[in-house]
Amino acid sequence: MSNKLRCAILGTGNIGTDLLIKVMRSDLLECTLFAGRNFRSEGMQKAIALGVNISDKGINAIVDKADVIDVVFDATSAAAHIEHWPVIEGLGKIAIDMTPAKLGSFCVPAINSQEICGSGVRNINMITCGGQASVPIAAAIAEVHNNIEYIEIASSIASRSAGPATRANLDEYIETTEDALIKFSGAEKAKAILILNPANPPVDMQTTVYAKIKNPDIVKINAAVNAMMLKINNYVAGYALLVPPTVINDDIVMITIKVLGVGDYLPRYAGNLDIINCAAVGVAEDIATNVLELMS
Amino acid sequence: MNKKILISDPTLRDGNHAVRHQLRKNDFSTYCKAADAAGVPMVEVGHGNGLGASSMLVGECSLSDEIILSTARENLQHSKLAVHAIPGFCTIERHMAMALDLGVDVFRIAAHCTEADITDRHIAFARKHGKEVYGVLMMSHMASPDHLADEAFKMQGYGAEGVVIMDSSGHYLPFDVSERISALVEMLSIPVGFHAHNNLGMGIANSVAAVQAGATIIDGSARGFGAGSGNAQLEVLVAVFEKMGYETGIDLYKILDAADIAEKEIIPSLPYISSTSIVSGLSGVFSGFIKEVNSISAEHGVDARDIFTELGSRNAVAGQESLILEVALALKGDSSGEAR
Repeated sequence: MSNKLRCAILGTGNIGTDLLIKVMRSDLLECTLFAGRNFRSEGMQKAIALGVNISDKGINAIVDKADVIDVVFDATSAAAHIEHWPVIEGLGKIAIDMTPAKLGSFCVPAINSQEICGSGVRNINMITCGGQASVPIAAAIAEVHNNIEYIEIASSIASRSAGPATRANLDEYIETTEDALIKFSGAEKAKAILILNPANPPVDMQTTVYAKIKNPDIVKINAAVNAMMLKINNYVAGYALLVPPTVINDDIVMITIKVLGVGDYLPRYAGNLDIINCAAVGVAEDIATNVLELMS
Repeated sequence: MNKKILISDPTLRDGNHAVRHQLRKNDFSTYCKAADAAGVPMVEVGHGNGLGASSMLVGECSLSDEIILSTARENLQHSKLAVHAIPGFCTIERHMAMALDLGVDVFRIAAHCTEADITDRHIAFARKHGKEVYGVLMMSHMASPDHLADEAFKMQGYGAEGVVIMDSSGHYLPFDVSERISALVEMLSIPVGFHAHNNLGMGIANSVAAVQAGATIIDGSARGFGAGSGNAQLEVLVAVFEKMGYETGIDLYKILDAADIAEKEIIPSLPYISSTSIVSGLSGVFSGFIKEVNSISAEHGVDARDIFTELGSRNAVAGQESLILEVALALKGDSSGEAR
């Protein structure tokens, strides 16, 4: 038997296929099943080329192959995950939910991966790409100010980096990102905005965070943000500050971040795919470490 | 040949861009009454970026969507009440359902020119509730005529009863409009519309070109009140279409009165084509950026024209207002971000 955590990936779109490449690169994870609905999809073709076990039976394939799976990455859609979760739970597997279905516990590795892994949570929700980019910054600001009145994040992503499920899930994206912002920053109110930019060549992912705070301490905010950046850079190399914490109109702090991907399945501009997948792989690796420790 | 043109009037929506979304409650009641009396078929109101868009990113509105919609509703008897709604800013549950409850008649569901598929659920929702629904493709100059027609065709498939393309940057010359409207008219079985901006002084000429190419929905604002150098001037459109023999159902004298009222009561400074607006139009950047570009330009001592040119080369679209500061800082040379 292998001593790697055995992962199934459900969904063969942009997210699922990029995850596959990242899982295969990990020393702690292996992909034992790549399941979708259509053998002719680009993602499936990629998986065939990589020699991975594939199936076109979707969630039923997870049931059939349950004995070779520890963790299921669900990279389908919010509506589909709501149907998948009872099945995955019934099999006694851990779900890492890549959709904004928000059935499980929100996880941002830079904030709470260890806590999540130690808590026995079985459904781990990766929030959204914009959430992974902005929530840790919001949390860093909240370390300095526990009285944030309002927090707003706006992400712009390249049109080509948004697949059909992302597009159909825009409302869930907004609601889930806002819920996570409130949870991790303690802000009274939150707003999330997503902009799909049609430009060709495609634009890089950028996220701007605005926080409304009385008398912001910009020196301390800078330090907290820089410390958080280091934690994020542990799992997302291309995460960088574009505009450092800047005060506008006395009570608004604005920070802009750019996320460049490593260019696994989609080109580097698709930092949105990269950051949520890097985060998910990071959590899975933490689970693997915990499991391996228990076994040794 | 059908000689009817449906005029949609976004004075109280696009005009909000011109005042950083600070239109007052009285402005909505005053102008709605005047437009209603003139027989304007459709009056669009709200934050410049539509439902649920009030934000630090694109500007906080002095009034809530609820107040704007209920005020407009009270003052419109014959005109239909329309809203602009961009998925990504607004959600069905939080914003569209509220607009439905407050009696909105027409939903104009908008996306950037190649992003029609984000409007599927929102169009379906409004249709399901028996509302009139249009698809809107913004920043339409960024897509080729064929691509634009494909996106419009998707909107038709989702249930849109017409598709309007916006020249959000005021970038088109009449030939560009003819080419795009023709492509849509050929592809679609529903009405096609055009929304002009006047950066290059083409607002009316482009609207006429659109109609000649087969468009039957045209947007126009009183005195052109709208983002940047404004929209096609509504009362001029009404006069021009009358001269061309088209029916708009709008009473010319009364719309002239409504425009006079708008100038006197609600428009603090009439739109004109500023030097910066010309560069903005040429560079193909969203007209709504101009207020923020001007203030950041003044604050950081960077030429507003250079900011627009750089934003254009980065293909900035509406909703990327946060780029303005970044670009200004980079041009100023003191960005502490990465080197470029």
